[in-house]
Amino acid sequence: MAKIQLNGKKITVKSNFSIFDLLKKYKLRHKRIAIEYNGEIVAKCDYKKKYLKKNDKLEIVHFIGGG
Amino acid sequence: MGNLKKKSDKLKIANVSLRSRLIVGTGKYKNFQETAKAVEASGADMVTVAVRRVNILDKKKPILTDFLNPKKITLLPNTAGCFNSIEALRTLRLAREIGGWKLIKLEVLGDKKTLYPNMIETIKSTKILVKEGFKVMVYCTDDPLLAKKLEDCGASAIMPLASPIGSGLGIQNKINISLIRKQTKVPVIIDAGIGTASDATIAMELGCDGVLVNSAIANSKKPILMAKAFKDAVISGRNSFLAGRMKKNYFASASSPQKGLI
Repeated sequence: MAKIQLNGKKITVKSNFSIFDLLKKYKLRHKRIAIEYNGEIVAKCDYKKKYLKKNDKLEIVHFIGGG
Repeated sequence: MGNLKKKSDKLKIANVSLRSRLIVGTGKYKNFQETAKAVEASGADMVTVAVRRVNILDKKKPILTDFLNPKKITLLPNTAGCFNSIEALRTLRLAREIGGWKLIKLEVLGDKKTLYPNMIETIKSTKILVKEGFKVMVYCTDDPLLAKKLEDCGASAIMPLASPIGSGLGIQNKINISLIRKQTKVPVIIDAGIGTASDATIAMELGCDGVLVNSAIANSKKPILMAKAFKDAVISGRNSFLAGRMKKNYFASASSPQKGLI
């Protein structure tokens, strides 16, 4: 288990949990999103390679209405 | 009449070609259905979008891109809400990652009350973004010198404000907008402060290449009808500009001939 911060909220994920697993959990796999992992943008092809560890900070963003 | 059909009058920004000279924002609508209908009624083929955190608490909630087809409509990510270069750059790099877009709208605000652009940070950000390969459409003040500076920095479009964002006050400084239009080689698009359809016509008659509208449509009583009004207003203004207005005279000039008067 690892406690991480996702979009400003503290959540707990299983050990050996990748970004790809997280996207599956939140049903975001097929959405148009971008991810920032500890301040750095993660390329889509690296989602399966990045495993979440304690105190990681993750931001998942998408497009919303705006002027 | 043949002249109207002869040549297509497309708006080209960087490498993107647009049929409509009206760009609409997607904020402030009641729901996504209304957003999508208003976009359709406006005839716009480019819409602005903002970058924000995904709501992780509600997995089933629909999202904007479920309602707008990026194959039909060019999404223009913006940096609304950013108050410095660091925030703006972070937002746009993420936006590029979402969809691979290089054409973006930069907006660095300087003051919460007026949402006036911070031009120092805007110029700084433009330089960095251009270096990183972005095609930058820049929200800016209506100061011709600063507009020139942005063009020199490699901006793909200059977007001077008509008046403060969401104010609906219309074009406050027509002279400056004309000066900017005359001196600028890239497209000039009026951004912010448009209040009603006739404001868009005036912008187009001044020779602007396009108009970006959000609040004037979304905050009207009937947004879908207002979207249509803007579509027509922009077309009218453009045609009027291309046709070239008559000269203004101090005195009257009768429309009917004097000869043969009984």
